Amino acid sequence: MSDNLATSDNLLEAKDISKNFGGIVAVQKVDFVIPRRSIISLIGPNGAGKTTFFNLVTGIYAPSTGQIVFDGKPLGSLKPHEVTQRGIARTFQNIRLFSNMTALENVMVGEHSRLKAGLFGAVFRPPRVVGEEKTARQKALDLLAFVGLGGKGDEFAKNLSYGDQRRLEIARALGTDPKLLLLDEPTAGMNPNESANLTKLVERLRTDLGLTVLLIEHDMKVVMEVSDRITVLNFGRKIAEGQPEDIRANTEVIEAYLGKEYAKTVAEDKGKI
Amino acid sequence: MAQVKVNPATTSGAPKSPRPFNRADLERNKIILWVVLAVIFLVLPFIGKPVLELFGPTVFSSTASAVNSTLLFVLLALGLNIVVGYAGLLDLGYAAFFAIGAYTMGFLTARGSPLYDTFHTNFWVALPISFLMAALFGVLLGAPTLGLRGDYLAIVTLGFGEIVPITINNLTKVTGGDTGLSGLEQPSFFGYQFTASSLEGWYLVTLIVVFFSIFMIRRLVNSRIGRAWMAMREDEIAAAAMGINLVRTKLLAFGLGASFAGFAGAIFANSLGSANPSQFKFDVSVLILAMIILGGMGNLWGVIAGAVALAMSDRYIIPFLTEQVRHVADGIQLTTSVVNGTRVTEANPIKDILTNVGTNSRLLIFGVILVTMMLLRPEGLFPNSRRKMELRTAPADDPQALITTDPLTQADEFRSINYNPSDVTDQSGNNDGDKNIKA
Repeated sequence: MSDNLATSDNLLEAKDISKNFGGIVAVQKVDFVIPRRSIISLIGPNGAGKTTFFNLVTGIYAPSTGQIVFDGKPLGSLKPHEVTQRGIARTFQNIRLFSNMTALENVMVGEHSRLKAGLFGAVFRPPRVVGEEKTARQKALDLLAFVGLGGKGDEFAKNLSYGDQRRLEIARALGTDPKLLLLDEPTAGMNPNESANLTKLVERLRTDLGLTVLLIEHDMKVVMEVSDRITVLNFGRKIAEGQPEDIRANTEVIEAYLGKEYAKTVAEDKGKI
Repeated sequence: MAQVKVNPATTSGAPKSPRPFNRADLERNKIILWVVLAVIFLVLPFIGKPVLELFGPTVFSSTASAVNSTLLFVLLALGLNIVVGYAGLLDLGYAAFFAIGAYTMGFLTARGSPLYDTFHTNFWVALPISFLMAALFGVLLGAPTLGLRGDYLAIVTLGFGEIVPITINNLTKVTGGDTGLSGLEQPSFFGYQFTASSLEGWYLVTLIVVFFSIFMIRRLVNSRIGRAWMAMREDEIAAAAMGINLVRTKLLAFGLGASFAGFAGAIFANSLGSANPSQFKFDVSVLILAMIILGGMGNLWGVIAGAVALAMSDRYIIPFLTEQVRHVADGIQLTTSVVNGTRVTEANPIKDILTNVGTNSRLLIFGVILVTMMLLRPEGLFPNSRRKMELRTAPADDPQALITTDPLTQADEFRSINYNPSDVTDQSGNNDGDKNIKA
């Protein structure tokens, strides 16, 4: 099976994934496919299991059933840092920067698993390590510039504005050299202007860096604009999947978001959305 | 100060820096400063000895032994600072590693050691073994505590700190029980024979270890490993998500921190010629922790200053204060009266209390110093430059401040945020989920 997948166009395939917390089923039998170099959005009302799904992919939780195959190899029960080494990076919904470290250091922490210096190397700094640090620093500066934080490398993460902190989270995730980037509500709390800029940034992740992006987002403007395909979760189940236009018109999705009554009204004057 | 290497290098490129400066010049000046410092400290005992002996025959030896024990405390504080200050793992049983270093040295070199007939060696061989043993125990203690943080970790380490001296005390056949090990064979170095009274020699040995430790810590902090420690201290989940192996990073901090105590313990035991379980009690752990809190956690120079301040006040200021209190107590005249023909001395509670304070108040005075410090300067004498910057540049500790620093964007923000109560519940639900991370 994995032989097929290695050559397949899908970077990630999740099959029949479930996650229970005691009696609560957070994610139920979800099948999910992310083609290479695509931007896929995961939407759904609050508590639908979106972040749980992220945590399953990134190894923070182990799935109760099912299997996730990434880049041709099953993730199995890898720990979070091993998942990151395999090439999956993420940002957090509630910003989790290293607040008392500078922006530059935050990104350099992201590069951790791609650097090799051990105890001996760190203390005695052979030329190999000096070179490695220099490259790492330059790469971090480049990434900061890429997300629009050029010149802010010396600021402490906690002193950055909210929007800049969200960008720094992305830069830090990029430091890990990911193949797949998971963004958990990157525009939460942003004004429309900042959201629009971030939408452009997400598109540049694909065009400039060749990344595949999985996005959780509540801002429908962003989702509709940027996604190749949208998957909708509700109560842990996948209720719809398709192109942005299809999802916009899907009755079940409108129901999940706005309630049955409203969905009926929408259906009555259909075509207006 | 530990971050000095990062800051000039990065600010030099930033537009804020008003005048550009040459990084190579800075590096050269720093090296010169280090060499000058090293030379001063190395020749200190040889200049200090004739000068101090002018003041009296014992002034040099008492000063030198105070300086030597201060240096050992500096070494201990530096080691604990790796664990607590950089990696953020609260360790209340650090004296255990000090004990393990001392007893390893004792086993390998003491004439009273049960190993003496089968295997004994000299100080220079035993020193690295003590260091490795302490590191090994650091890792062994670290392993079961990997899932713990904060208070829970502190309790486990506290337990370990109690177990080690009690075990040593009770394993009478092996460790000599509460009489300890004695007759440690002291080293010779190119014909110079160390004894318990060769204070200059022990000073130089400890000084070299301290200098190397400072060098090592400065290098580590500005490296991949130091960044991983600090990231772990700031946020374990985010650190793991950035590819940091938490297990390895924590154990490295524990092991390395403990190895400093191993060094200190080995030198301590051999310089005294003996090791005794009462030297490694809980108050030693607390004293070392107090040093790094007093000086400024996470700041190398602050920690050194804190260690010097507390070790020196333990030697000079506190005995002076307690003596003054005793003096006052002695001055209080007891009133006597004649009852039924016999002279009765009336009890005087104030005199009793003062006498008690004057004899047993070492820890009381430490407590007062620490509480005062926490009230007046909670960030320590020389706070970590990060914390200092925080206090200068932003209204810290207020999460809202992050959003509202810029009045212009602040206005935009308010216009655009559609407050949705269910967002908040989603957020907190997510937080709960994060706590149940996979072990």
